[in-house]
Amino acid sequence: MTEKVLEIRDLRVTFDTPSGPLEAVRGIDLDVEAGELLGVVGESGSGKSVTFLATMGLLPVRARVTGSVLLAGEQLIGASNKYMRSVRGRLLSMIFQDPLSALNPVHRIGDQISEMLQSHQNLSSRDAAKRAIELLDIVGIPQPSDRAGQYPHEFSGGMRQRVIIAIAIANNPKVLIADEPTTALDVTVQAQILEVIERVQERFGTAVVLITHDLGVIARVADRVNVMYAGRNVEQGTIDSLFDHPSHPYTRGLLASLPRPGKQRLKPITGFPPNMLNPPSGCAFHTRCEFAADICKGELPNLVSFGDLQTACVRARELPKSENFA
Amino acid sequence: MSNELLKVTNLVKNFEIRVNNGARRKKRIVQAVTNVSFSLDKGQTLGLVGESGSGKTTVGRCILRLIEPTSGSVAFEGQDLGSLKFEELRALRRKMQIVFQDPFASLDPKMTVGASISEPLIVQGVPGDHADKVIELLELVGLSADHAQRFPHEFSGGQRQRIGVARALALSPALIVLDEPVSALDVSIQAGVVNLFEDLQSRLGVSYIFIAHDLSVVRHIADRVAVMYLGKIVEIGDQETVYANPTHPYTKALLSAVPLPDPKTERSRTRIMLEGDVPSPVNPPSGCRFRTRCWKAQDVCAQEEPMLTVRPSGQMSACHFPES
Repeated sequence: MTEKVLEIRDLRVTFDTPSGPLEAVRGIDLDVEAGELLGVVGESGSGKSVTFLATMGLLPVRARVTGSVLLAGEQLIGASNKYMRSVRGRLLSMIFQDPLSALNPVHRIGDQISEMLQSHQNLSSRDAAKRAIELLDIVGIPQPSDRAGQYPHEFSGGMRQRVIIAIAIANNPKVLIADEPTTALDVTVQAQILEVIERVQERFGTAVVLITHDLGVIARVADRVNVMYAGRNVEQGTIDSLFDHPSHPYTRGLLASLPRPGKQRLKPITGFPPNMLNPPSGCAFHTRCEFAADICKGELPNLVSFGDLQTACVRARELPKSENFA
Repeated sequence: MSNELLKVTNLVKNFEIRVNNGARRKKRIVQAVTNVSFSLDKGQTLGLVGESGSGKTTVGRCILRLIEPTSGSVAFEGQDLGSLKFEELRALRRKMQIVFQDPFASLDPKMTVGASISEPLIVQGVPGDHADKVIELLELVGLSADHAQRFPHEFSGGQRQRIGVARALALSPALIVLDEPVSALDVSIQAGVVNLFEDLQSRLGVSYIFIAHDLSVVRHIADRVAVMYLGKIVEIGDQETVYANPTHPYTKALLSAVPLPDPKTERSRTRIMLEGDVPSPVNPPSGCRFRTRCWKAQDVCAQEEPMLTVRPSGQMSACHFPES
């Protein structure tokens, strides 16, 4: 099949808190294939952001990170700061929810893009400035040569997120990690930004990891999807198989809880997400799962191939066929 | 029209702001809400949707007079709120409550849940010890009696939102303004809170103004829906009609921009991609405020403001070139 650009194996992240150690990521295995758009979905506290902050080497030093992250074959966990600095922005870029706090308010937009170019490539200031304008054009900013001379406060929220994308793709990275890039934006602007991300993915063959809580966004742009719950991967597969016949009870519950046209009553998942200081034994979802049995409290289930999905549920084979959500 | 609970007529709210322009400070007017009119029947839900800056929250707060409208009238059970004295308004407020978006900011961290819920009863001078009422309210919103002695930090977001709802229900209001009540909650939790709103409405006959930017939730809960853009209602009508057959180009674009949790539909949909962002309400476009982003705009749209007009499918929209 296609080449794997990012291979995450048994990634674990633990934070020491006043109330004891908190394991936010509890053994994640995940592959990103070249050029694909991988959606990562989960609720707050599921560990989806922490997984990729660990990948980027952006967690505070007090976080204990173990496991393996291979970027095009190179190990990132335990790599030196110097090496990570050369990776970030060149091979691996990350964009966040709030584009204003990611930009420096006192530097011109064009200079902020040039800075990213010159820190990884041997470019003259003039060439970098020219390339910055091209990048602004690629992400759909009108009159890019005028806009390059402006400051962040002169840009709207959607335009700022475009600038952030331009900075992130300046050195043509292998993987672009987008953490809730449209959550702070209005829905008409969200549509524009998703289009820019898709355009970048197609034009440069960049693999994109899109972290979101919105299953609609996943359905619109992703090729494959990973569902996370309580620091674990509970299900993964192509979007069509996942939406057609989700196997994991959590995925089923998520899809069933969404409002759809028609007035049928919504089906919430009972209970609430676990306290990660003291997660339930075995499958962390068993406390909220309608199919839970004694066996679920025993061991942490691993991802197992189940049809065209991989599902971490010991009872997946016994469960009734799910509703079709597509 | 004896069933009418609330009637809002030509509501206007302008905020005055000062802009620092180099050494000089200038006064500017933000036209947050311009000529908004609608009515709400008893036991019904009106969804108020729009993007940020559309004025939907300001409308909600003007109704409760949490902010003073610049002009226009709000009539509640036939009484014009603007003509009331402070004390009269205060007495009427027990019939109108609000639930805010952020369940972490809207509860006092130093008050027990029970004290928070009984506070409106004390403020309104309802006699007696409210312990029984608090338990009744907690059970009504799906919590239990022993939660009354606990503090907000012991609860999850969804539970806190239920506490906020219990507090709003304490005085048995006829109207609750729900300002983005589920936006801060995780998807799996949202559904339970939405169901709670529906149950309470069928049990207590309360009316809701449901303010949200999430169009799928509004579709689910609202009987009627008003779409706002830059301070004005551009389309208003029955939920089914507006969603199935939008006549204002903005409504159509907004609906088409919402991603649906279904990959097959998403691939086959034609999307209307709007250019640019919402203009500033300090200096809104002349005529139709949507014209700067509208693919149908003609000269007339800049010169003449379109009025809300009844369309063949039943809803009203404000557009010179409506979709059919």
